[in-house]
Amino acid sequence: MTTRVGIITFPGTLDDRDAATAVALGGAEAVPVWHKDTNLNDVDAVILPGGFSYGDYLRAGALASVSPIMKAVIDKANEGMPVLGICNGFQMLCETGLLPGALTRNKELHFICRPELITITNTKTAWTNFFQPGAELVIPIKNGEGCYQIAPESLPELEDKGLIVARYNNNPNGSVNDIAAISNEAGNVVGIMPHPEHAVDGLVGAGVDGLGFFWSIAGVTV
Amino acid sequence: MHLVEKIIVEVMPKPEILDPQGRAIQGVFNRAGHASVNNVRQGKRFEISVDGPITDALLDEIEELAATVLSNPVIETYAIYADEGDGE
Repeated sequence: MTTRVGIITFPGTLDDRDAATAVALGGAEAVPVWHKDTNLNDVDAVILPGGFSYGDYLRAGALASVSPIMKAVIDKANEGMPVLGICNGFQMLCETGLLPGALTRNKELHFICRPELITITNTKTAWTNFFQPGAELVIPIKNGEGCYQIAPESLPELEDKGLIVARYNNNPNGSVNDIAAISNEAGNVVGIMPHPEHAVDGLVGAGVDGLGFFWSIAGVTV
Repeated sequence: MHLVEKIIVEVMPKPEILDPQGRAIQGVFNRAGHASVNNVRQGKRFEISVDGPITDALLDEIEELAATVLSNPVIETYAIYADEGDGE
């Protein structure tokens, strides 16, 4: 059975269509979901796409994280449903508390938009099980608030439990320990700052290294 | 005189959190010749007007919002107080 991946659109979301294209290229079915919906129906997984939900007012992702659909996302995520937050979606996952830490203004204050080299360091998640440990990927970043921070006493736990899913080879934004992506302990919830959905078509992107994320979820049996 | 009651919530980045905006402002001040400025931290102030008098229960309700929505406990601290100003 084809995996059905819900893609949530908030006011100010930009990358929902790219995410849907990537999901389809990965072999799963993309299901549009609106932020005012209150249930996820029968989707098997959810992507919180990138963009500027609510214009980044208050804090990036903060207002989206309290919208009606997020209650369902949090409940399902806690039951084990795979959730991938990309960029603004990662910021939402941190704001809801599904993932630890927070994303703050880039160290040098610039909005950065360019392909970056990252290394996959955890292949046990629902979204990275296609990769080999140590895989190096070229994935675009485009963010102004991508600097991952976490309380110093919580960082060792993240490292020790192997919850860091990807690191930047050349840290672009000041993220602690070069963190580009993390997961929860169960491995079903992943937040990633770079945009794998923008690296799925050689004609219009920075290669196709992002496809592995979508192959990973298409192969997950739910 | 009309009494204007507001609840004020002030949110600041935690001291240990890098505040690039504050740092940029400090840099501008220093370059403009204000050499004695050695640190700037940028926060947010929310003025929340409410119907009726500010009760303890209402203050608790707004404090819950301050703690969970207006501030992010990972990176920020908040202060909350009632401002019973004398209005205009």
